[in-house]
Amino acid sequence: MSHIFRPADPNSPVGCACGQHQNQADCTHFSRLNPNLSHNSQSEQAAAQLIETAFVRALFPHEPTRRAFLKAVGVGAVASIFPLGALQEAVAADRLRPEKKELTIGFIPIICATPLIMAEPFGLYAEQGLNVSLVKRAGWALVRDQMMNRELDATHFLAPMPLAISLGLGSAKQDMKVACIQNINGQALVMSLKHKNNRNPKNWRGMTFAIPFEHSMHNYLLRYFLAEHGLNPDKDVKLRLTSPPDMIANLKAGNIDGFFGPEPFNQRAVWDKAGYIHTLSEQIWNGHPCCSFGTSQSFIKDNPQSFLAMYRAILKANVLANDPKTKRELSQVLSPANYLNQPELVIRQSLTGRFADGVGNIQDVPNRTGFDAIPWKSLAVWMLTQMKRWGYLKGDVNYQKLAHDVFMLTDAKTQMQAMGYSFDGEKSITVMGKAFDPDHPDEYVSSFAIKAN
Amino acid sequence: MIKLNQLSTQTKAYLITALLVLGVLGVWHLSTLPTSITAPTDPIALEYEVLMGNIPEHTPAGAIITSTETEFPSPKRFAATAIEHLSDPFYDKGLNDKGIGIQLGYSIMRVLLGFVLAMMVAIPLGYLLGISRVMNKAVSPFVQLLKPISPLAWMPIALYTIKDSNLSSIFVIFICSIWPMLTNTAFGVANVRREWLNVAKTLEVSPLTTARKIVLPAAAPTIITGMRISMGIAWLVIVAAEMLVGGTGIGYFVWNQWNNLSIVNVIFAVLLIGVVGWILDWVFALLQNKVSYTE
Repeated sequence: MSHIFRPADPNSPVGCACGQHQNQADCTHFSRLNPNLSHNSQSEQAAAQLIETAFVRALFPHEPTRRAFLKAVGVGAVASIFPLGALQEAVAADRLRPEKKELTIGFIPIICATPLIMAEPFGLYAEQGLNVSLVKRAGWALVRDQMMNRELDATHFLAPMPLAISLGLGSAKQDMKVACIQNINGQALVMSLKHKNNRNPKNWRGMTFAIPFEHSMHNYLLRYFLAEHGLNPDKDVKLRLTSPPDMIANLKAGNIDGFFGPEPFNQRAVWDKAGYIHTLSEQIWNGHPCCSFGTSQSFIKDNPQSFLAMYRAILKANVLANDPKTKRELSQVLSPANYLNQPELVIRQSLTGRFADGVGNIQDVPNRTGFDAIPWKSLAVWMLTQMKRWGYLKGDVNYQKLAHDVFMLTDAKTQMQAMGYSFDGEKSITVMGKAFDPDHPDEYVSSFAIKAN
Repeated sequence: MIKLNQLSTQTKAYLITALLVLGVLGVWHLSTLPTSITAPTDPIALEYEVLMGNIPEHTPAGAIITSTETEFPSPKRFAATAIEHLSDPFYDKGLNDKGIGIQLGYSIMRVLLGFVLAMMVAIPLGYLLGISRVMNKAVSPFVQLLKPISPLAWMPIALYTIKDSNLSSIFVIFICSIWPMLTNTAFGVANVRREWLNVAKTLEVSPLTTARKIVLPAAAPTIITGMRISMGIAWLVIVAAEMLVGGTGIGYFVWNQWNNLSIVNVIFAVLLIGVVGWILDWVFALLQNKVSYTE
C-alpha cells in the first residue's frame, strides 16, 4: 500500500512502492527500520485518537454515562452515526499543510547531525509532507551566515550557537531558536601519539589544542576539563579554531598536541594513526548536549506549519536513532559521500561505542554517542554560565529568560507527547563530579577558581 | 641505432618528458609498496587490528595478507580512482554527491559568468582610461587601492551584502578578473601609435570608427593578454571560493574529499584542475595568435 502522505513522485524514473526511495531494496530496508512508514505515523494516530476522545467527551459530558455507553457499544457506534472519520482526516490534512514545502536544511558532516540526516532516507520528512534538500556546509561560520541571510530554512547548529547569535556574540544579532537537541555525548579529547605516556593533564602546560568553534560544547568542555586539572585555558595552553579534518592533519604534522572534536573525527584520528582517545566527553559530563536543530524566529513566525512538520520529523528521528537496533545500522546509512563521507567502520565504532582507543585497547562504552531531543532549560543555563565564566558574556545575565527564549522546551514536550513518546523528567547535571544548580547560576560561576577575570 | 644528436629538439624534449614521468611513477610506486602482515590469532587482538583499519573485516585469524593501504596512495590505486571517476563523470547521488563532470561544469559556469561580467565592465572602462588621460589620473587611485586585495578577502563582504553564496562566488570571480583586463586594456589603448591616430584625425574618421578600425585592433594583443591573465586568476580563485562556500563545484569536491582525508581523491581533483586550467589558457593562447600582427 502506498502511503497517503507520501505519494509517488511522478518525475522519478525509478523507485519503489512508496515512491520515496531509489529502489525497492532501500524501501524495504528503511521501512523495516521505521515500522510506521507504511501506516499512519504515531503522530497522526495520536491526532486521530485525540479527536475521537474529544468527540465522545462532547457527546457525553457526564462521565458515568460515557463510561457506560462506551462499555456497551464502543466508539464504533459513534462513528457510524457521526462522520468521525471525515473529521479526523480533515484535521490530519490540516496538519500536513505546510506553508512552505520545499525546505533547505544545512548540516555539517559529523555524527551529531544523525537525526537530521537520517530523516531523509528514512522518509520522515516526506511523511510530514515536506520536500527537504539537505545541504552539506563547509563550516560553522558559513552555517551561521547562511541562516542569517535566509539561504537555509533550518539547520544543524552547535547547541550554544543560537544562544550566541541571539545575544549578538561574534556575529550580528538575530533571534535564533533551538527546537531540539540533536545528540548527547559523542565528543572526545584526542591526544597526539607522542603524548602516549604523558596522560596527566597537569603536565600539559604550554600545549596547543584545536577546537571546532568558539561557541561550542567542545570549547566549554575542554576549558572545563583543563581548568579542573589546574590549567588556565586562556594562559597556560593555546586553543586554536580548526576544522576537524585539519585537526587530524595538524596532529600528524605535530602542529597541535591534541584536539577536542566531534565524531567520527576522533575515531578517524585513531584510524589514521594520528592520535589516541584520551577522554570521551561522556566521562566529563554524561548526557551533555552537543549539537542542536534550530531555525530563526522569523522562519517559525512565517511558516508555523512547516516548522512543526520539520520538528515532528526530527523528534521522531531522534527517538529512532537512540534505539540500539537502529544505531547499529546507522553507520551504513551515514557513510556515503552524500552524507558523512567516511569509512563505515569508523562511524560504527563512534556510534556503538565498541572501539579501538589507539593505544592497544578495545573499549566498550555503549553510551559513547546518544540521542536525546529534549532541550532542557538547565542545559542552556549551563552554557550561559560557561560563556560568563570565560568572558564571552559580560555584565549581568538574565540566565532564565535567555534559556526560556532560545530553548523551545515547551514545544518539544508538546510535540513529543502528541507523538506518543514518553520522556524522563529533567536530569540533574553533574560535570566532573560537581553538581550544577540551574537556579543559582551566578553562584556556580563564582565557585570556580579558574575563570576569566 | 640512431645517434642522440641526430634527433630534433622536439623529440629530445618528448624523450626527457617521458623519462621524467617514468621516474616520478617509479619513485612513487617504490615508496608506496604494500607490506605483508600476519593477522593475529588472539580474537581480541584481531578485532583491534580490524578496528584500527590495519586489516580488512572478516580476515581469518593467522592469515597472511598484504597491507590494505599505505597512507599515501599507490600509483595503482590512483589509477583505479581516476578511472572510476572518469568512467562515470555525470552521476548524481543526491545534493552532496555528484560526478566529477558535473562538479567541473558548475565551476566552469561560475568562472565564465564572472569573467564575462568582468569583461563587460573592464574593457569599456579600460578603453576610456586609455583614451582620456584625465580619467586615467582620476580613476587610477581606486584601481591601485582595489587591485591588490586578495580575492578571497571579498568573500565575507560578498556573503554579507549579496546574501547568496552562489552569487557571492561569481562576484569574487568578477572582482578578481577585472583588474588585469582593465589595466592591460588601458595600457594597450594608450600605446596605440600616435601617427595612426593622427592620420585618422586628418581624414576626419568618426571617433566610433577610429575605435573599431584602429584602436581596438591595435590594442587587441594587449587586451587578450589581460584576459588571459584574468582567466588564470579566476580559475585559481574559484577552487578556493568553492571550498569556502561548499555545495557544488570542483572546489567543493576537494573539500568533501579532504573531509574524508582521502588524499587519492584530492590528488585526482588537483590534477584535473590543472588540466582544465591548461585548456583555458591554451584557448586564450590561440586567440592571442589570431589577433597578433606584425608592423
